[in-house]
Amino acid sequence: MITARLNTLNSASLYSASLNSASLSNAIDWQRFGPLLWTAAGQTIRMAGIALVVGGFFGLLMGLVLYLTRPGNLLQNRAIFTILNVLINTVRPIPFIIFVVALGPITRLVVGRIIGIEAATFAMSIVAAFASARLVEQNLVTIDPGVVEAARAMGATPWRIVRTVLVPEALAPLILGYTFLAVGVVDMTAIVGMIGAGGLGDLAIVHGYRQFNWAITYVVVAVIIALVQLVQMLGNFLARKALHR
Amino acid sequence: MVHESLASGGALPQGGLPKDGLPQDGLPQDGMPPTPILNEPSPILENLQAEPIISFRHVSKIFPGSRKRGEVRALDDVTFDINAGEIFGVIGYSGAGKSTLVRLINGLERPTSGQVIVDGIEVSRLSEGQLRSIRADIGMVFQQFNLLNSRTVAGNVSYPLEVAGKSRVERATRVTELLEYVGIADKAGAYPKQLSGGQRQRVGIARALATSPHILLADEATSALDPETTQDVLRLLKKVNSELGITIVVITHAMSVVRTACDRVAVMENGKVVELGNTYSIFADPHAPMTRKFVGTALQDKPAGDSLARLRNRHPGRLITVTVADGVASSSSSEIFRVLGRHAVDAAVVYGGITEVGDRPYGSLTLELTAPDAADIEAAVAEIAMIAGVEDLGARSSSARVGVRPANNLAHLRVPRGIA
Repeated sequence: MITARLNTLNSASLYSASLNSASLSNAIDWQRFGPLLWTAAGQTIRMAGIALVVGGFFGLLMGLVLYLTRPGNLLQNRAIFTILNVLINTVRPIPFIIFVVALGPITRLVVGRIIGIEAATFAMSIVAAFASARLVEQNLVTIDPGVVEAARAMGATPWRIVRTVLVPEALAPLILGYTFLAVGVVDMTAIVGMIGAGGLGDLAIVHGYRQFNWAITYVVVAVIIALVQLVQMLGNFLARKALHR
Repeated sequence: MVHESLASGGALPQGGLPKDGLPQDGLPQDGMPPTPILNEPSPILENLQAEPIISFRHVSKIFPGSRKRGEVRALDDVTFDINAGEIFGVIGYSGAGKSTLVRLINGLERPTSGQVIVDGIEVSRLSEGQLRSIRADIGMVFQQFNLLNSRTVAGNVSYPLEVAGKSRVERATRVTELLEYVGIADKAGAYPKQLSGGQRQRVGIARALATSPHILLADEATSALDPETTQDVLRLLKKVNSELGITIVVITHAMSVVRTACDRVAVMENGKVVELGNTYSIFADPHAPMTRKFVGTALQDKPAGDSLARLRNRHPGRLITVTVADGVASSSSSEIFRVLGRHAVDAAVVYGGITEVGDRPYGSLTLELTAPDAADIEAAVAEIAMIAGVEDLGARSSSARVGVRPANNLAHLRVPRGIA
């Protein structure tokens, strides 16, 4: 009783009390929110999935070229290595949201518009490609050069070495690296809500955070966490299989 | 300076024969045209079964320096031949250039100058693409095995067959055959990480033999293995050599490997071949200081340093070290003891070791000689020196001690040194 009376005397507490009651009274209206959540989850999975596959593929290519052209390696080529290396180092440190905006003209050229899910997926794919290029290169560098030498000594071509030695030998760390990238891409989907891309992050901000509806915010965050956990578990499982232990 | 040792008993090293204008030591002189006569071997060489399959002609390899370190001359004007069907050893400390040398044979490295001729083809002139087809004919085994961890044992052995474009059925048959040959047929489905070092190297050897090569390069193939496994693997290599007739080049820093496996050996130091000859003569009669060092570490049959000091302390008499060998530079031990008996000199073996090199006895014995008359000892030593290598270590102090039979004069040993 006493605490209640003290609360009414304290303006700050009053605010928090009203906030509490607001969120309680705003208890989630599942009729309206349920379909929104499903749609948003679908958008996030689609955006993240496409960015991961497309970006991951081009990242693998760039990473392989970076590794192979490195001085002393199979297809050493200082010019290609330096250009690619500088390009990756230029793109990666640019803050994501600034990159998305700066990419606008190119996005318009490729996708046709600079806002929306497609535009966001395009920007995310590019960032994912550059991020995974470095990731792939770092994992390939850890492969014992002796194994590559052995394959050369058996007469394998560079392309065969890529397919049968480099990728299979680095598969487990590559899977874990791509899992890390997947989580990063899910994080990016939350930010591209800024350019009207929808998704779970957008839902949490628009329907939860900005309307002081903490219940919705928490539910959406919980869904994102569950999604990330699932991806991580899958990645760990596949990596363990690839290690043959 | 290259010493070419000749053994009286063994086959003549190919380099010792006059051949197409080459000087007696087998090294073409500067300015003389190299002689890749591999397609038409001389009848003399053929008779001796000393047909070169790999030839190095004035080969040098320089690794360019960087800002941090200067250039490295890994090989410096190396010229010698490896004969078809032999097990050839290349021994040297790390950095002597032996790994670079072996990588020139299958073109993993290219010489800065000079020629490398394998099976009549100058590999040092081929493009990377042309080299690939040659490499199927040259198997290679590595110190760290270099197996693919992502593949099973069978998958690893199958790899070179895939590269060679063999069908699935052919590969399966060949893999089974190879795994049985190297004695690990039961491990076909295992992954390399689940195997011991010796088993992994057997996989490495099976893989190297998959495409039926004529040459097998073993780059420190036993250096990561324990002594017992090393012997197993060397036995396997000898089997490969004798049953399949494959020429094997063994790179090693262990003289024991040379002793067990090699027919001939080249000793390398600072990118140069400092001595070359058949294994027995290298052991029995080493010339270059580096060779003596290697032979010494392998046998440990001569007292030196601390062990010599302890020996002198215990044995006051005249000490000599005689080399025991099979007619090369020294006589057998029985002849030595016969001489001592004739001069009525008592000999006690106080140190030494006799071992086998290429199926023949080799080693040395350190003897303490005692006789009533010091002159007998002098005469005996002089006579032994004519039939065997003798290293005279002298007596402990004054000559007074020489000629005293310890058996009759045990009291004498207790006399303080200065007084006697």
